[in-house]
Amino acid sequence: MPRPPANQPLLQVENLVVEFPTRRGVLRAIDDISFHIDQGEVLGVVGESGAGKSLTGAAIIGLLEPPGRIAGGRVFLDGGRIDDLPPEKMRRVRGKQIGAIFQDPLTSLNPLYSIGRQLAETITTHLPMSEAEARKRAIELLAEVGIPAPDKRIDHYPHQFSGGMRQRVVIALALCANPRLIIADEPTTALDVSIQAQIIALLKRLCRDHGTAVMLITHDMGVIAETADRVAVMYAGRIAEVGPVRQVIKHALHPYTEGLMGSIPSVGMDRQRLAQIDGAMPRLNAIPQGCAFNPRCPKVFDRCRVERPDLMAQGTTQVACWLHAPDRALAKAAGGGRG
Amino acid sequence: MAEASRPLVRVQGLKRYFDVSAPLLNRLLEGQPRLTLRAVDGVDFTINRGETFSIVGESGCGKSTVARLIVGLYRPTAGVIEFDGADMSGFRSRKEMAPLRRRQQMIFQDPYASLNPRWRVRDIIAEPIRAFRLIDGNAAIVARTDELLRQVGLAPADGDKYPHEFSGGQRQRISIARALASQPEFLICDEPTSALDVSVQAQILNLMKDLQRELKLTYLFISHNLAVVYHISDHVAVMYLGRIAELAPTRVLFSRPRHPYTRMLLDTIPDLAMTGRQRNPVAGEVPNPINPPTGCGFHPRCPFANERCKIERPEPLPARGDAPGSAALVACHGVEEGRLPDDVRPLNAA
Repeated sequence: MPRPPANQPLLQVENLVVEFPTRRGVLRAIDDISFHIDQGEVLGVVGESGAGKSLTGAAIIGLLEPPGRIAGGRVFLDGGRIDDLPPEKMRRVRGKQIGAIFQDPLTSLNPLYSIGRQLAETITTHLPMSEAEARKRAIELLAEVGIPAPDKRIDHYPHQFSGGMRQRVVIALALCANPRLIIADEPTTALDVSIQAQIIALLKRLCRDHGTAVMLITHDMGVIAETADRVAVMYAGRIAEVGPVRQVIKHALHPYTEGLMGSIPSVGMDRQRLAQIDGAMPRLNAIPQGCAFNPRCPKVFDRCRVERPDLMAQGTTQVACWLHAPDRALAKAAGGGRG
Repeated sequence: MAEASRPLVRVQGLKRYFDVSAPLLNRLLEGQPRLTLRAVDGVDFTINRGETFSIVGESGCGKSTVARLIVGLYRPTAGVIEFDGADMSGFRSRKEMAPLRRRQQMIFQDPYASLNPRWRVRDIIAEPIRAFRLIDGNAAIVARTDELLRQVGLAPADGDKYPHEFSGGQRQRISIARALASQPEFLICDEPTSALDVSVQAQILNLMKDLQRELKLTYLFISHNLAVVYHISDHVAVMYLGRIAELAPTRVLFSRPRHPYTRMLLDTIPDLAMTGRQRNPVAGEVPNPINPPTGCGFHPRCPFANERCKIERPEPLPARGDAPGSAALVACHGVEEGRLPDDVRPLNAA
């Protein structure tokens, strides 16, 4: 359905499928997910290792490692399709319209070039600027991300920076060309807690100032709670639940989200035991039929074992769980004996 | 002193320096000086039987070094480590150490690196039993490893598999089973859940609590995660640059943090309850421990620092206003002089 441009989401992902062909058959790492990110919005993507959150990010910016490939679905940026662009065109989109921040700041920076050169290169690639202008802008960017004495630091090499400072440089690099969207994959995971708080505050401020939307991929629910507007919870290559962050954290609908929230220890909560989801996420080659969470789900019933739930609207949240199926809710309301 | 009331572990004046100088030739030719990294620089604490004592701090604060010193992987530069009344540095040979070694075991952070990939799980778990000659006969050892596997929530049949067949959480269970094999009283856990996903972390923390109750274990728990530390500990020591900044019973530390560094750390905990509390991330980073600041190590980042903090190193002193016997020890001139505002944080019991 075509929408008027004013309400058009910045990023629209429709039925995305990512597959890895292997000798023992094709593995579906991401299985038919759809979501959108609005202009200037921070969407958190949370899930455990192997849930497919990083792959979703990589698929959107066209950085899937072969043999991984997009096997279905479409990705729109600002209404234009980007998942089928040729590599050369995709390179222009990356950096100019979508910036990326990865977990390990040391591997995202080239150790052989000064950070000034790396920043200037990115700036001149995407913006019509001379070398001198690019250098000036690079110094401004470094100042903006909170690097002291940017006019001196610009000629330093990555190894001369601490971990937190390097991540600031990477953020500056992602912001170079004023992108509309930043994909931040575990941007604070490798950092100490006090530095993590600094980087989160920085990311929040910059995105507000520049109106940049962020897809924030992390396993840390705390980071999401602090930063995101909405959150998508992923499990075994699917979105289990997506909705406003307050809603999802305080009133989780999906049993997996509920279990996940209960398993996080928090200061001030005196519990003898943490809520425990027994078992582990299934491997890609052994995803159960029906809902992928059904073998671990405390509220499982027959339908879950047979039929796979899609996202269903439930107030402001969407949840992929048969507990919240409209017909079930109707049956409940009518006092019928379906569930 | 009576056996039961004596603390299980007593550490006094513990120091460990590492020589991080350039090679001799470079020093001679280029005139570089000797460099010493003071990883642990004078630490005192005691751990009571059956309790969990945690050390928190950021990377490089020396918390893992303390763990390794206590378990004997490093020799202290100075100081005393007493285990059940016996001075660990008094032993000269492995043979003399063995009976004490059996009673303390370690669990490491990375369950991928700490299990030998070429050994079957059963042999990994049985290694301490064989090393200390605790049980004779293969059948008896198999029976014991089966029991251990069940105790940590695995099946006896898992004993015949190799580590790569298990997920991270299951591997950490194997590490725990191995640690329990010698029937220790004291477990040193160095970031045992940091490499795990939260739902798996919950499983392991629950398991550790259950085992502690069943087997009356004492834990030294090293972590950078304050929420985990709050959940599992009885006493908490906050380390900064090789020294203890604050040491207190868990609820005291979290409800009434005294040291400015503790307050800063508590401010960094993400607000999962979404109370809308404003966080003020403190500027600056942990200084290089090779060249630490003079006086109090935290003074360059401390909003309350004055001239005295820059010159004189504070010693841990009992804080005022706590119940006798459960007082916080705080190494801060500001707290001692009473010039820091009180910082009381309600803990909502749930």
